[in-house]
Amino acid sequence: MIRLERRKEPSKFWRIANPFLAVVLTMLAGGAMFAALGKDPVAAIRLIFFDPIFSQTFGSYSRPQLLIKSAPLILIAIGLAIGFKANIWNIGAEGQYIIGALFGAGVALAFFPAPGWYIFPLMVMAGAFGGFLWAMIPAILKTRFNTNEILVSLLLVYVAERILAAMALGLMRNPDIPGFPGSRDLRRYEAAHNAELIANTGIHWGVVAALIAVIFAYVMMTRHMLGYQVQLAGQAPRAARFGGVSPARLVVICLGISGALAGLAGMFEVSGPGGQVRIEFASGYGFTAIIVAFLGRLNPFGIVLAGLLLGLTYIGGELSQMILQLPGAAIQVFQGMLLFFLLALDFQTNYRLRLTRGMRI
Amino acid sequence: MILGSINPAVLLAALMVAATPILLAAIGELVVEKAGVLNLGVEGMMIMGACIGFIVAVNTGSPLIGFLGAALGGMALSLLFALLTQALMTNQVASGLALTLFGLGLTALLGQSYVGITPPRTPKLDLGPLSDIPFLGRALFTHDIVVYLSIALVAAVWWFLKYSRAGMILRAVGENHDAAHALGYHVKRVRVLAIMFGGACAGLGGAYLSLIRVPQWTEGMTVGAGWIALALVVFASWRPWRALAGAYLFGGVVVLQLNLQAAGVKIPVEYLSMSPYLITIFVLVLISSGKARGSLNAPGSLNRPFHASN
Amino acid sequence: MRKTLLRLDGVSKAYPGVLANDDISFEIGIGQMHALLGENGAGKSTLVKMIYGLVQPDKGQMTLHGQPFAPAQPSDARQNGVAMVFQHFSLFDALDVAENVALGMENPPPLRDLARRISTVSQDYGLPLDPSRLVGELSAGERQRVEIIRCLLQDPKLLIMDEPTSVLTPQEVEILFRTLRQLSSEGTAILYISHKLEEIRSLCDEATILRGGRKVATCDPRQKSARELAELMVGQVLTPPERPSKPKGKVLLQVDKLSLKSNNPFGTSLKEISFNLHAGEVLGIAGVAGNGQDELLLVLSGEVPTPSAQVRLRDEAIGHLGPNARRKRGLASAPEERLGHAAAPEMSLTQNALLSGALAKGLAQGGFIDWGRTERFARDIIKRFDVRTPGPHVLARALSGGNLQKFVIGREIELRPDVIVVNQPTWGVDASAAAFIRQALLDLASAGAGVLVISQDLDELLEVADSFAALNEGRLTAVRPAKGLTVEEIGLMMGGAHDLTPVQEGAA
Repeated sequence: MIRLERRKEPSKFWRIANPFLAVVLTMLAGGAMFAALGKDPVAAIRLIFFDPIFSQTFGSYSRPQLLIKSAPLILIAIGLAIGFKANIWNIGAEGQYIIGALFGAGVALAFFPAPGWYIFPLMVMAGAFGGFLWAMIPAILKTRFNTNEILVSLLLVYVAERILAAMALGLMRNPDIPGFPGSRDLRRYEAAHNAELIANTGIHWGVVAALIAVIFAYVMMTRHMLGYQVQLAGQAPRAARFGGVSPARLVVICLGISGALAGLAGMFEVSGPGGQVRIEFASGYGFTAIIVAFLGRLNPFGIVLAGLLLGLTYIGGELSQMILQLPGAAIQVFQGMLLFFLLALDFQTNYRLRLTRGMRI
Repeated sequence: MILGSINPAVLLAALMVAATPILLAAIGELVVEKAGVLNLGVEGMMIMGACIGFIVAVNTGSPLIGFLGAALGGMALSLLFALLTQALMTNQVASGLALTLFGLGLTALLGQSYVGITPPRTPKLDLGPLSDIPFLGRALFTHDIVVYLSIALVAAVWWFLKYSRAGMILRAVGENHDAAHALGYHVKRVRVLAIMFGGACAGLGGAYLSLIRVPQWTEGMTVGAGWIALALVVFASWRPWRALAGAYLFGGVVVLQLNLQAAGVKIPVEYLSMSPYLITIFVLVLISSGKARGSLNAPGSLNRPFHASN
Repeated sequence: MRKTLLRLDGVSKAYPGVLANDDISFEIGIGQMHALLGENGAGKSTLVKMIYGLVQPDKGQMTLHGQPFAPAQPSDARQNGVAMVFQHFSLFDALDVAENVALGMENPPPLRDLARRISTVSQDYGLPLDPSRLVGELSAGERQRVEIIRCLLQDPKLLIMDEPTSVLTPQEVEILFRTLRQLSSEGTAILYISHKLEEIRSLCDEATILRGGRKVATCDPRQKSARELAELMVGQVLTPPERPSKPKGKVLLQVDKLSLKSNNPFGTSLKEISFNLHAGEVLGIAGVAGNGQDELLLVLSGEVPTPSAQVRLRDEAIGHLGPNARRKRGLASAPEERLGHAAAPEMSLTQNALLSGALAKGLAQGGFIDWGRTERFARDIIKRFDVRTPGPHVLARALSGGNLQKFVIGREIELRPDVIVVNQPTWGVDASAAAFIRQALLDLASAGAGVLVISQDLDELLEVADSFAALNEGRLTAVRPAKGLTVEEIGLMMGGAHDLTPVQEGAA
């Protein structure tokens, strides 16, 4: 008979090894999937995981893309991870990302075409504030009315998507090009453009912000009482109360941080790589960031690695779409599988398999 | 006025059609949660059902076989969830999210070549003279079989939970899994079966969208219906008939909103189409703030992992 | 000699790291009242789980009525006439009494017939019960009746009772004993698990004593003194805690007409609780589980705020203050539940030391944690309170109950509080750790602190308390000196007799 036996202490080895193992398993299963679609699995995996960085032909294009795709993922995942640790499940980051982008773009469009160094900082603040506000809806409903934050934050994504569409078609539409949805291109408005800071690296202000967020989160989680309280509340809510932690305050803080960071990510995207408010602006970073947070073990540095990896799959997905005519959805399956394998492998962290000789009388 | 142009009997009929997908998904999830499991993958299982149901129906030409396939598809995905949460003891919230993300991706891939096709038509059930009754006939007796099936399912679940021994065991497992185990009930077996039932129901609900309500296949076509179904279970305080009432209430909002769009009200379509989500949130707030009633009914072991220590 | 009903022959069961039962053999006769005596962790629970089919032995065999008996699951045991009443009830709050009974039966009749039978049986055995009530609304005593009736309806040949009196008042215990004697005279054997010696001496005609997973003796408990039984059970001579008597000091903690509505539908509301706690005094609060003990602790620790004047510390109104503000002012507390309330199971002892020590001990400056000092604090506690563990990096859940409790109580005592409030300080703790904890609390009192001990263990309260009160359905009786109280008086107080002549405060 085989049975699961709880370990006395979670295995540190498996905690770190599992994400890598999950990536390997995903490559194998993904390869099988590509083979089933009639593509060469080895070539597809190579194209997704290696070519974006190492290819001679398009590496120069795709390398900078890596940071552009990874930065919003890392920025959002850092905030989500803090909440997840406290058992506060903000899964509506996609909505906060959209609202942050709208707030940021709104500031820019309001000032257009005035020049001024202060415009971009204002946009940054507005973006963070927009995401924060949108996250405050589930936060306040939870603390005031005990409403489930998972459902509310998620449902608000659909609301945000419709606000985005309404803005792209209405208030924020570019008046100079009638008949087309979408706002002015912020990349052509110097005071609002989140430009590349170092040419051909993909480094823009969003990358810098992600880096700051990682360090900030690391210090908070390991050295500060707030981080301690977050972990306490997640693991033992009653002990947290005994330790003087106010659950309502924690809900507001965790949702607030993750909302603001998601809003920032949206703002950096709309003023840089995205360029304008469009109906198709949202590309699922808010959901992929959930995978990044888990794959990174909710640890700030782990999230950096996980964010880079999933950023890679975004680029690899685009490449394989162009070169191998692989469907774009394949990459989504890939990401979903990654999370599945990780969760499935994680039982080894807390349990061990044991063969028992059941001597029955 | 604009509302005057809407025929109430047609409205009522449309309401039932609009409510059926989330009702099916919600009644399944209700059973799952009564067994003490929170499966947040309803959206993923629904889209799976929508896609598999569509593919099977198009290839066989039979919508009914399509529905069967949808139920199996939803169930297959739910088995993955059962494997993770019951055998491998993973976090239920994370596993449910994974299920949704995976389901959305997988169906986008599977359904790729089916975009733009019209599925075989599901016939209306011929109820003879009943459908000739003025008003009621048009409103209640002009539907396809799945609408009636969903209502029958609600009744069956209600009876099962309230009167059958198996239903009592399921409630006991969801209420206190340690006690149920101590009495010798198989907690995990009960839960896996409940999860599979939930998957099948969500699959049916999804197929209703792609085969009857829309009827077409598009990527991500459930647009949050699974999440609304989850909210509906909370709204219903885990009571089957209240889930039915909630689903029809919700269906009413959707249909009214669509009619307002069609009637050309001077509110942009985008704002009107937000209303189902906003109403859902609003109702959640109403229910959750009435502390005593709602929480009293929540299964005691909901979302708590069970591992027999001996 | 009676005929043998159940016979155990060399039964053993090992769990990873522990041999829970080692080669245990004994017999239970038909209609016999057989006690299974032992400390926490002696292996009593594992043994009965094997008889009830929840666990299978690794070695050895059992026979029932002379036939081999190897239940693979509880339903096998039930079919063979073995029934069990659990210590932590296997009941379902949101289901009604009849449904709860039906879930414990092999082939229950339709619920309506069952309800009728429940009423009949409950009257026959003097255990009144309404089959249509939700179990969550019942008192602990009534909940136990549900369990017993569930067993009785199946005409058991052997009824296993696991620590049945820990949740009952002395009067309720009498009713239970009457029921058990009636059952025994009708031919039902009873396997009675307990660590309470007087109970066993008055009820049982044979006792099997376990220690560390092995059988140490089978004897007639009526022929032995309680002390002899205790030493067999513990394996060492116990010294009762020392307590020099001292006059009462000034009032430290005042609770005045404290009321609190419970927001849990199955919780208890506190009603106008008033008492004073003096310097150097140990005040014991007795009561059967679920009469407001948890709520009282939450209110005193600061986890649940009240109008500020209802709780006063050294004459300062503190009812509105949270736990940390109270700790800073010298009020510490230790809740009943060690894992999950007093300590976080998945955190190390160092991290757990921070839980209440962060502010009161200045382990965090400006919000930043000084992990070095925190670890030293944890080491201090481990050393001074004899916590047996490899070190402060160990997870709280890896510690035994007694060791973790020593750590938790030690942590609070190390805050050097003026007042400490503890709930069930020695619940589920081995005897030597319990003695250690009680001594530590007494030492704190003799150093001038006020100590409030909430406990369901009467023996413990009579051992440590200077004054005594009881909680019943959220009300507190008047405080009386512990000296000279009889068990009958205590029983009446616990049962809610609030009109016993109160002894005036300050008269002592």
